[in-house]
Amino acid sequence: MHEWALAEGVITTANRIAKEKSIEQIIQIAVRIGELQQIEPDIFRFALEQLKTPSMKDAEFIFETIPGKLRCRVCGEEWKFSPDTLSEDVSEAIHFVPEMAHVYLKCPSCGSPDFEVTEGRGVWLASIKGVVGDE
Amino acid sequence: MSDPRLEIIGRRLEKVKKIIAVSSGKGGVGKSVVASSLALALREKGYKVGLLDLDFTSPATHVILGIEGLYPEEEYGIVPPLAHGLRYMSITYYSLDKPAPLRGADVSDAIIELLAITRWGELDHLVIDMPPGIGDATLDTIRLIPGINFLIVTTPSRVAYETVRKQLALLKALRVPVIGVIENMVMSPTAYIEEQTAKDGERYLGMIEYDPKWEGALGDTERLTSTKFYRAVEELAQSVE
Repeated sequence: MHEWALAEGVITTANRIAKEKSIEQIIQIAVRIGELQQIEPDIFRFALEQLKTPSMKDAEFIFETIPGKLRCRVCGEEWKFSPDTLSEDVSEAIHFVPEMAHVYLKCPSCGSPDFEVTEGRGVWLASIKGVVGDE
Repeated sequence: MSDPRLEIIGRRLEKVKKIIAVSSGKGGVGKSVVASSLALALREKGYKVGLLDLDFTSPATHVILGIEGLYPEEEYGIVPPLAHGLRYMSITYYSLDKPAPLRGADVSDAIIELLAITRWGELDHLVIDMPPGIGDATLDTIRLIPGINFLIVTTPSRVAYETVRKQLALLKALRVPVIGVIENMVMSPTAYIEEQTAKDGERYLGMIEYDPKWEGALGDTERLTSTKFYRAVEELAQSVE
């Protein structure tokens, strides 16, 4: 699943940051999930748990879902991303490559595909907490 | 906040021995046909080859190679399906035949997404069909893909070569390896492009004559590989092995 690829990125990034900050044991990893990516939280959490490395064996994962918000560059209309209104094929295309929103979605006011995803795109590692080792 | 995708791109490409970005300063010089034919020619030589179409707003390699009805397999990411023996990846799996009106930042995000989730496996060569110019896609592939090599396509026209000259200067400034320059669509051979390439300190790989039969072979790899155009690319493929 696609969630596994993103989970691998989160784990690798968390380990890199922990090393840079001399964190020996990571106790918490906070992830922001943009709604556009339509991640399955259960699969994503399972993947993260499976990919855990020894330095994060007791870490908890905290998810924050960021609702998708879009703004038309032509008429300025702002609207919310509504995954429930999409067909399965369109939903899957946007799941894999969120920029496919520009292929399938249009501004509800003027019909333009020239809009901006102002919030809710992608998966981000928001923060990690842990115990710093002795110098 | 950190973008976790950036961390895994190198890992996705670590089993790819050589990455060749087929590029040009100008559109319409035949990058996509050279990239598609080069990928096929390398495959015929017995290499494991991937083809990635990064021209998101004007993808064409699926038309050239007659690829339809395929879809990537999901397995800890996505695995590009085999098309004519090539691991083939294109945005058209998701955009189908619809226009993808993407601005620069969206192009960058889509490139990062595809590079982060695509599992190429072991390849001898990954050929990338690049969009024209030195904008976001070119800068992103240079930034994101370690060890990328550029193969430059031009026509005999000064108009095309002047854009290529700027591209070569950029690649030199960024210390990106350039395999060489291919002169495509030659109708009346002259030494102009070869001389200019030498002046710019790059390797002139050779010319491909304009082949009027090529258009009729579009979408049919059997006919494509029997054209004069393909045989010329096949010879040039020796330079990139």
